[in-house]
Amino acid sequence: MQRFINNPDDLVDETVAGFVKAHRDLVHLDPANPRVVVSNAAPQPGRVGIVTGGGSGHEPAFIGYAGRNMVDAVAVGELFSSPTAKSFADAIRAADGGAGVAVLYGNYAGDNMNVKMAARMVAKDGIEVATVVANDDVCSAPAAERAKRRGVAGEIFMWKIGGAKAAQGAPLSEVQAAAQKAIDACRSVGVGLGPCTLPGVGHPNFQIEPGTMEVGIGHHGEPGTRVEALKTASEVADDMLRIVMEDHALPPGSEVAVLVSGLGATPVNELYVLYDRIEAGLTAKGMTVHKALVGNYFTSLEMVGATLTVMALDGELKALLDLETASPAL
Amino acid sequence: MTALHPPASALASGRALGPIDGMTALDSHQIVDLFRVIARRLAEARAELGALDGAIGDADHGNSMADGFAAVVRASAEAATRGSDVGDLFVVAGRSFLNAVGATTGPLYASALLRAGQRFAGQKTLAIADLPDLLAAFAAGISDRGKARPGDKTMMDVWGPAARAAEQPGPPRDRMARALRAAEDGRDATRTMVASVGRAARLGERSLGHVDPGAASAVIVIAALQEGLAHHLAQDRP
Repeated sequence: MQRFINNPDDLVDETVAGFVKAHRDLVHLDPANPRVVVSNAAPQPGRVGIVTGGGSGHEPAFIGYAGRNMVDAVAVGELFSSPTAKSFADAIRAADGGAGVAVLYGNYAGDNMNVKMAARMVAKDGIEVATVVANDDVCSAPAAERAKRRGVAGEIFMWKIGGAKAAQGAPLSEVQAAAQKAIDACRSVGVGLGPCTLPGVGHPNFQIEPGTMEVGIGHHGEPGTRVEALKTASEVADDMLRIVMEDHALPPGSEVAVLVSGLGATPVNELYVLYDRIEAGLTAKGMTVHKALVGNYFTSLEMVGATLTVMALDGELKALLDLETASPAL
Repeated sequence: MTALHPPASALASGRALGPIDGMTALDSHQIVDLFRVIARRLAEARAELGALDGAIGDADHGNSMADGFAAVVRASAEAATRGSDVGDLFVVAGRSFLNAVGATTGPLYASALLRAGQRFAGQKTLAIADLPDLLAAFAAGISDRGKARPGDKTMMDVWGPAARAAEQPGPPRDRMARALRAAEDGRDATRTMVASVGRAARLGERSLGHVDPGAASAVIVIAALQEGLAHHLAQDRP
């Protein structure tokens, strides 16, 4: 694939630089750390701060969700690579309004270690930290080992709910509980049709043969549960919905929020083709879609494919989901 | 790479050490010299490690390790000049690595260096006879932080065997040489392993047939420690 690249080593810095220029009404760079993007609304005295972070290459995640009533500060890592503990610590400091900080992030080895070390670093500053680890990717581990599952696009709902709860002035323990409830209510699955290439590597780090698709693929090309012949959009949508709903076991009549995100190189119109079938499938199961998000919300460079996330809603989650927000991506 | 130059002798470190002391112990400046050897060898291996990582990861492991130990050299040299003892020096080194490197590599080597800081806390010098203990401290720090088991295809498949080999009694130089052989065997063994933790675990079976880049860089660190020790002993031989 042809790319708009200067030097691959500068890609992350240049991405962040352009991002904060384009969205200067909502976000800015942390003056103390060029790998931390801070909401212009942060910190809010007396309110719980919300922090996330992760590798670059998933834009608009993670930086795009910094904003009002969303994430207060985002730690930025190298491509597909956890931010440093220092960047997480600086993000926590930038988000701290004196009521503690909730770090809401995805279940990956590097992020787990760096967040843990960052929490220890800021404890010396007297900042209380609570964490919630997203594990919504159904195919990354069996249900019995849910703690091993990776976090994917369901993180966006986790940030939305956590950010809204903090905006309402809830204490840290309640913000943490709401974010945990949100991710517990999320199930996601990915289907890959084509791999992605890290510019510094120059070749795809896995292959998807033409005419095939990988069901259950992860956000960095982690192997899925099966490789099979490419099917029609409706058949793929049915498969995705079945995987998610079998793990979910929701009673008929449930209200849900649905997120269909492209992985980077899939045309947005195809995402709507998938969504059309997905909503029909949910309706047939007696579910009501309260809110739908369709677009490139959480990508993986130029991977071809899509993820489906279904979040089960109750009254509290619905109200928090509907609270108005302003961030570059949502 | 102006920060990286050949290991300085006790004299170049601006310290007057008697031949006996110089033979048996390293002071803070001389430990900085060991860090310099590590940083130089990692800088030389930057592209090679990047290519290994490119096969099963994101190709940044060479940069991470080289930049991390370059940061260690800068911070520890400054600390040694301020008069930091050996324990503090390793703590400073660990913090500087953590600030420079993310992913899993940052916390893992930071934990290794911080554990060494605990092991040698309050010591003005590091006895050469204790140098193999440095490997044990590194291995323990990495193991506690990363929780990887043998066979998971990680740097622990090098650090674990190397630390065990270094524990066997004998002259420090022999123990370090045994550790290096065990390290190299561990690295080569990762080729036949399937990654089950860390970033390469994303590839599952696809990681088979590739040397783990973290294992490869661990061998470089251990080889550089041995090289630095040999250089030191040769210089101080009367």
